[in-house]
Amino acid sequence: MSLVAAALEQQGISTVVVQLLRLVTEKVRPPRALFVPFRHGYPLDSPNDPEKQRAVITAALNLLTDRTLKPPAIVEYK
Amino acid sequence: MGDLSEFPLKYRWYLKTYRWRRIDPVPWTPLKKPLKECRLAMISSAAIVTADQDPFDNFIRIGDTGIREIPWDVDMATLRETHRSKAFDHTGIRRDPNLAFPVDPLREMAEDGFVGSLNHRYFSIMGSVTDPDQLIQNTIPQVVPKLVKDQVDIALLLPV
Repeated sequence: MSLVAAALEQQGISTVVVQLLRLVTEKVRPPRALFVPFRHGYPLDSPNDPEKQRAVITAALNLLTDRTLKPPAIVEYK
Repeated sequence: MGDLSEFPLKYRWYLKTYRWRRIDPVPWTPLKKPLKECRLAMISSAAIVTADQDPFDNFIRIGDTGIREIPWDVDMATLRETHRSKAFDHTGIRRDPNLAFPVDPLREMAEDGFVGSLNHRYFSIMGSVTDPDQLIQNTIPQVVPKLVKDQVDIALLLPV
């Protein structure tokens, strides 16, 4: 996903990648990443819980408006 | 979570020793307008397909680099998860595909004006392609030019 994000950024599209493994995020270096503390298979927290899912998406999209971030930006979800 | 401890030993070893492709330099496109004016694209690597689409191919050694286009207003009841990986628990996403392919939450966020609009199509791919060159040569050309053509401003990319 990080390579797709980089290709989109090169075309002028701002991206944010949700990431489940810190090790991979740091090695691959997507432009903007929200690192979430969930296990694989559960990237948006919990099934059938729209509020929790929306909270993760909101945090991810809010990285796009954060002018203090510089590439590669890895932000932890809290 | 967030480290390798959730995986059995063989996956841990593989993830640790795999030669991950480093993005360098890291491209960066600052947001050009407020989120509430942006058209959003979503790409998920959870290998989601609709009822009339073929599942992702689980027998290609390096992983299926194909894509599926899924309309933004798809009926969630028609979606199936077809990811080949045995390394993660599939039960959550099979119960609720929004967990990795969040059609319903995104629709609500657009209705509430958090983002301007949703692109008319989402893209589904299957993660765990082990050869990044194949992803670059096959997957990216099937997705990126379409999103440029669709004039999306922002993209949310989700793993599984």
